[in-house]
Amino acid sequence: MVKTEIRLEGIVLDEGMAVTLAELTQLCGSSARSLQLMVTEGLLRPRQGQAPAEWRFDGVQVRRARRAQRLRRDLELNLSGTALALDLLDEVETLRARIRVLEHQLGTAGVEEFG
Amino acid sequence: MEYKDYYQTLGVARDASQDEIKRAYRKLARKFHPDVSKEPDAEARFKAVNEANEVLHDPEKRAAYDALGKNWRAGQDFRPPPGGGAHDFRFSQDEAADFSDFFSSLFGRDFRGGPGGAGTPRKRRGQDQTVRIQIELEDAFQGATRQLKLEVPEAGPDGRMSTHARTLSVRIPAGVTQGQQIRLSGQGGPGAHGGPAGDLYLEVEIKPHRHFTPDGKDIALRLPIAPWEAALGATVPVPTLGGPVNLKIAPGSQTGQRLRLKGRGLPGDPPGDEMVLLEIVVPPADTAEARRVYEHMAEQLRFNPRAELGV
Repeated sequence: MVKTEIRLEGIVLDEGMAVTLAELTQLCGSSARSLQLMVTEGLLRPRQGQAPAEWRFDGVQVRRARRAQRLRRDLELNLSGTALALDLLDEVETLRARIRVLEHQLGTAGVEEFG
Repeated sequence: MEYKDYYQTLGVARDASQDEIKRAYRKLARKFHPDVSKEPDAEARFKAVNEANEVLHDPEKRAAYDALGKNWRAGQDFRPPPGGGAHDFRFSQDEAADFSDFFSSLFGRDFRGGPGGAGTPRKRRGQDQTVRIQIELEDAFQGATRQLKLEVPEAGPDGRMSTHARTLSVRIPAGVTQGQQIRLSGQGGPGAHGGPAGDLYLEVEIKPHRHFTPDGKDIALRLPIAPWEAALGATVPVPTLGGPVNLKIAPGSQTGQRLRLKGRGLPGDPPGDEMVLLEIVVPPADTAEARRVYEHMAEQLRFNPRAELGV
């Protein structure tokens, strides 16, 4: 067992990111063709650009593309099945966040029952 | 090393048909897929399920595994039979990199990948890895440096795997939000035959906070106020992540009203807001004096809070 310590600064996958199609193929190990199909399917949305060469993807889309790639590979989903799974996962995440906030607003007081 | 009970992992009998194995695998793969599952150990379970399937779905590997006999129990100390494993099995590195020592003792782990065999090792990029990190909300606000301990499998020159402990000191930038990922280029799984390393992704999970609940970049806070502050209006101190600020409460405010403290949420461009939810808290009537005040209010105000309900 060797021990090393490394200090690192990462890149946050956020709205400020802008990666090209070529960079995205590197980031998620997909071919440009399969990423283009994801855009056609509406599964990925470039933040800007009309032609594929001009496309720029933000961090949210990078995360989505990586997720899509893994789901397709591991669960053998087709493209529309992957798009559906991702949309539902997004919705679950949004709802979970809403629940957290609403639970917070309601407080932790229990309900008293009468009659 | 520990013996792995692949049948138990997939939840099937030793005499299960290939169809039953496939069904069980597909079901568990959906259940524990790290992108879908909320189980805390999803990643490990998913790997275990994949390893079990890798062996059991292939009749040849299954036969080699079955030949060990059925008296082994999961977790039992296992020593590979003399003569070594069956060396004719080949995998892509992507598949084999994650499998256990038990697996490689049976099936080998040389990344010959492809018909070229050992003579033409192919450059392969290492796998990307995703690790969840829990941080405090204060860390998301101010930024922080976190120590991460990772156990990294490493392929030696002979293709054998060993474990390498690494401590990474990672800067968490201010303004990260729940579920966001931080990419550390080249810090994932090692490449093979001179290929580059994969990337490491840290997925941020913000621990619950006593007072604040994050909602993306916004922060929600329930602010208790006294009945007279709500009725008459007041300027009251409000905690924010950056320290207390004063908030003006309009006369006639009610429980449930929301006020926005612009830019007092998590930093960013634009920064989030703090959403303050007013909550009137009634002082206890636990002294004669307090009771007198309430009775006086009841007499003087003639207030029916249920007028809208028609009662």
